[in-house]
Amino acid sequence: MTTDLRILLDFDGDRRDIGDYERAGGYRQLTKALAGAPEDVIAAVDGSGIRGRGGAGFPTGRKASFLPKDRKPAYLCVNADESEPGTFKDREIMLRNPHALIEGVITMSFGIGATSAFIYIRGEYRAEFEVLMTALQQARERGFVGADVLGSGYDATVVLHRGAGAYICGEETALLSSLEGERGQPRSKPPFPAVAGLYAAPTLVNNVETLASVPYILEMGGAAYAEIGTERSKGTRVFSLSGNVKRPGNYELPLTATLRELIEGHGGGMPDGRTMKAIIPGGSSAPILMPDQIDTHIDFESIAAAGSMAGSGAIIVIDDRTCMVQLALRVSEFYKHESCGKCTPCREGTRWGVDIIRRIEMGEARQGELDLLLNVCDRILGNCLCPLGDAMAMPVASYVTHFRDEFQRHIDEGGCPFTEHSPISGLYHEPAAVS
Amino acid sequence: MEPSDAQTLAGARETRPTWPAPLPASDDTRPLYDRIQDVIALYPERKSAVVPALRLAQDEYGWLSEQAFDAVADATGFTPAFCKSVASFYDMFRLTPTGRYEICVCTNVSCALVGAAGTMRAFERELGIHPGETSEDGLFTLKTVECYGGCGWGPVVSVNERYHEPLPAEQVPELVARLRADAEPDA
Repeated sequence: MTTDLRILLDFDGDRRDIGDYERAGGYRQLTKALAGAPEDVIAAVDGSGIRGRGGAGFPTGRKASFLPKDRKPAYLCVNADESEPGTFKDREIMLRNPHALIEGVITMSFGIGATSAFIYIRGEYRAEFEVLMTALQQARERGFVGADVLGSGYDATVVLHRGAGAYICGEETALLSSLEGERGQPRSKPPFPAVAGLYAAPTLVNNVETLASVPYILEMGGAAYAEIGTERSKGTRVFSLSGNVKRPGNYELPLTATLRELIEGHGGGMPDGRTMKAIIPGGSSAPILMPDQIDTHIDFESIAAAGSMAGSGAIIVIDDRTCMVQLALRVSEFYKHESCGKCTPCREGTRWGVDIIRRIEMGEARQGELDLLLNVCDRILGNCLCPLGDAMAMPVASYVTHFRDEFQRHIDEGGCPFTEHSPISGLYHEPAAVS
Repeated sequence: MEPSDAQTLAGARETRPTWPAPLPASDDTRPLYDRIQDVIALYPERKSAVVPALRLAQDEYGWLSEQAFDAVADATGFTPAFCKSVASFYDMFRLTPTGRYEICVCTNVSCALVGAAGTMRAFERELGIHPGETSEDGLFTLKTVECYGGCGWGPVVSVNERYHEPLPAEQVPELVARLRADAEPDA
């Protein structure tokens, strides 16, 4: 078993107080980094092989290297807009280890020569915002944040910016639009944020978990970190486990673990008397995996090879009571609600998707509409500025592919055969049908 | 689940965080205009302050009325129409008056799988209103919301932006009764 290794959350309780964090070795890596060259920080991160923990999995060191060195101002933006359904790990990191994030932010800012850092935290995370605000104040008082950090001559300005409720702002160019005070709509790339990001200046956008890992990477050394995990997926990752399991929660595992170790070993498996129907392995935008794929490894490549994506590291377990049409409806309603309306295939396609799936669930669909649904998904895929439309098309198409008979039964029988026991039923059918 | 339970399971180390006590409300009693100027000063460009300014105005007026938009527009230097176009994009801005308690029930996938529908129906029964409605006494507004990021601790509900997790259906009557009682003195 390789599952007993934790880096970011290797302690009980929390280290919200700066004293607890410093006693555990906190802020020493920042102190060391400031005494050296900025390039050394980026070299260590690059050497660790860590890939972005937000969802796209792009190598962090390489992303940082794209920023032109001679253009100022430059900015670091922290993506704390965690909102992919099923994902709640950045929240736990901010609640339990906020100073690791702050140390990572200042260290990385120094590494890229940023003039300011902005932490964009989703508006709903009010408690987390307050924890970060308190932690930042402590860090300012101790001289880790502010003008002339620890007498190094480096000025670290950090602004904590609250979002106001929009999933799309987790997409990095939408985040920048939102931070600039606009509607949170994605921009076309190129130019990439590294060249023209916040206020058209060179900008690095990194996820909370990625940045909070930086102090630990520097402590271990990039090479030592790179020894954990697989050839292309390095280190540990905090996985959010939810849905129908006995012990849902966040579990930090090395990227050599399997879905079985996470779901059965840590999560305790299915609640008594139930069997597994499907696994969502990377947030609700990921295509489903089937129970016989539970031995798939949880690294980026293995999940992709199994036909899905590791995404945000959110694993949602679906039990045998669940109606897959209702699941498809709930997932597609979400993406329709969050579609910003900029690109036609997403704006129109998410609405069409919801309309068709709703007709199927309510028994109003005609024969042939399943193929129409797949056609709509196909026309969204790859045709938009950002992946939000794909985030509906990919999972919905996978549900239809794996459970076509179940969708067809709804059409043939003129309604949902599972209203009595599907846990999602109560959202769509009269309460009488729900326990 | 209590952290101590997690420790007893071989290899399992899920330790649910403890939530901090809410910070006290700001004691800054200066006019909204002045407080917005402080926010503007945080950013290289003034437009970045529009969303934070809208939040301050919403807290001041209870919702984003015409008056609130005018105040934000005056303080930030943008037009009311621009401020409205921004506000309408984001779910947390209230474009209509809201009850004293805004109750939001997450009905996204993970919460739905563990009973969010039951929780939502329980609120409907207790409050006599459907999602999107405000009770006649002006005490409660009920909403369904998308993923709150409490997926392992669902069903998640927020009351005036404070999370309750989990909040299963059977605990809804007690919560509603407590909120009603709290509102009693100056009702």
